[in-house]
Amino acid sequence: MSAMDIFTLMLLGLVLVSGIAACLFHNLLVSLIIYMAYSVIMSIIWAMLEAPDLAITEAAVGAGISSVLMFVTLKKLRDIRKKAQDEKEKEQV
Amino acid sequence: MLENLWSNRIPCAAVLLFALGFSTLLLHPNLIKKIIGLNIMDTAAYLFLTSLGYIPGRLAPIIVNGDTDPSHYVNPLPAGLVLTGIVVSVSVTALMLALTIRLYDRYHTLDLDKIYMMARQEQGELQ
Amino acid sequence: MKKKKSKFSQALRKWDEGSFDLTDALPEEQIAAPLPEQPYDWQLERPVVRLEQGEISMYRRLYPIFATVLATVMILFLFAAMIALPHTGSTQTPTLNELTDRYVADGMRETGAVNVVAGVILDYRAFDTLGESHVLYSAAIAVLMLLLSLGGVSMEPDPRERLITETDPILRSTAKLIVPLLVVFGVYNICNGHLGPGGGFSGGAIIGAGLILYSLAFGFERLERLLNFKSYRVIVVVALCFYSLAKCYSFYCGANHLESFISPGTPGRIFSAGLILPLNVAVGAVVACTMYGFYSVFKRGRI
Repeated sequence: MSAMDIFTLMLLGLVLVSGIAACLFHNLLVSLIIYMAYSVIMSIIWAMLEAPDLAITEAAVGAGISSVLMFVTLKKLRDIRKKAQDEKEKEQV
Repeated sequence: MLENLWSNRIPCAAVLLFALGFSTLLLHPNLIKKIIGLNIMDTAAYLFLTSLGYIPGRLAPIIVNGDTDPSHYVNPLPAGLVLTGIVVSVSVTALMLALTIRLYDRYHTLDLDKIYMMARQEQGELQ
Repeated sequence: MKKKKSKFSQALRKWDEGSFDLTDALPEEQIAAPLPEQPYDWQLERPVVRLEQGEISMYRRLYPIFATVLATVMILFLFAAMIALPHTGSTQTPTLNELTDRYVADGMRETGAVNVVAGVILDYRAFDTLGESHVLYSAAIAVLMLLLSLGGVSMEPDPRERLITETDPILRSTAKLIVPLLVVFGVYNICNGHLGPGGGFSGGAIIGAGLILYSLAFGFERLERLLNFKSYRVIVVVALCFYSLAKCYSFYCGANHLESFISPGTPGRIFSAGLILPLNVAVGAVVACTMYGFYSVFKRGRI
């Protein structure tokens, strides 16, 4: 078992752990941040598998764009919830 | 058998990730978690495809010093296919997030079961 | 036994109940009176059950069991396939056939691209990439349609929050430092796609990330002079039309690969590889504009 094998096993274990954590965590914000970490580790694995194009694309797209879209979605959901609460308070007053 | 599993450890990790994403997609009631599960399924499938093209000791398919011997480079085809897939998965994610926002605006919850029940109740009231 | 099962399915339902409360993400902005939420009780389903003659009740009781069984069967099936697969890295796999040999052996001579992956996706299999760019564009249109009609106050960003993000010194100075680097790296990635790792997708995504960071730090107004909905449409449609015309030309002359009227040139120079460089620029423009468009539509309801 060479050093590269140990490194591979470590990365695979990290990917599995971060995937499980992203699926199980209670707070959506924390789970999204763990999903970003998952994407970065995945891009390292792809660089290791001799696919540098995939590594660059995944690092830019998975950890960058799609996570940002999910964060903006959470923000938007919070805005909608706040607006509904304001309307309800107005009705009560 | 165990030897095969050990030498195929990267596809095995891809299978585990696929199962993780699939069970999250099926069992978790929260819509955002379902989207994360689908993304994990996507990357697992891409990891499996990439590992099929990987051969240890060979270089990435970028030709160095005019050496065009195919036995010196890994398989370029899976990388090309997966590259297309990654960008398509982003557009699918964006579409699903937009649908989630619309559903939340209508029903004020992210729980798919509650949404389903409310939709059924509305249907019942209409009839 | 029955009680145990219902407890299990209840636990499964409440697996992540805390995550439905979005307000707990930001503890310092506690909302004074939380919504009087209905308790998530199994008793509440009764009227629905009467409505559908027990259909939903059966469905909800059986669904977790079926889903678990399905997932387990699939894992076992896939692991059985793993045992039968050839070893990773074996040279005797069916995926390593004469096609990939030809791509590597003749790719550089025929297409002029040093990066074989770029030669494959933008020359031999350029039709794939054309469809993929159209998928991106149609997804952007679908998102725009879904979120334009949302309307209401909720689409306009909160002025208080805008004051915070747009005067934050850390965010602004970091953006000033990083945005030019991101854009330059993205342009390098696009223009260098046929010579090294990179290409239209990754470069476009990097430029899109730079634009997103810029609009986050300095507001949408400054960027709007450069990139509004009209210019977005013009850029994307011109890029897609150029790509389609180039692909039609290759059908016209043999359809072996993307024939170009530009000669492949010396491999390794930046102006080489025939049509691959212009196609990379077209794909990069589509991807960058669409990524920024997604963010803008999600943030404020329009591009």
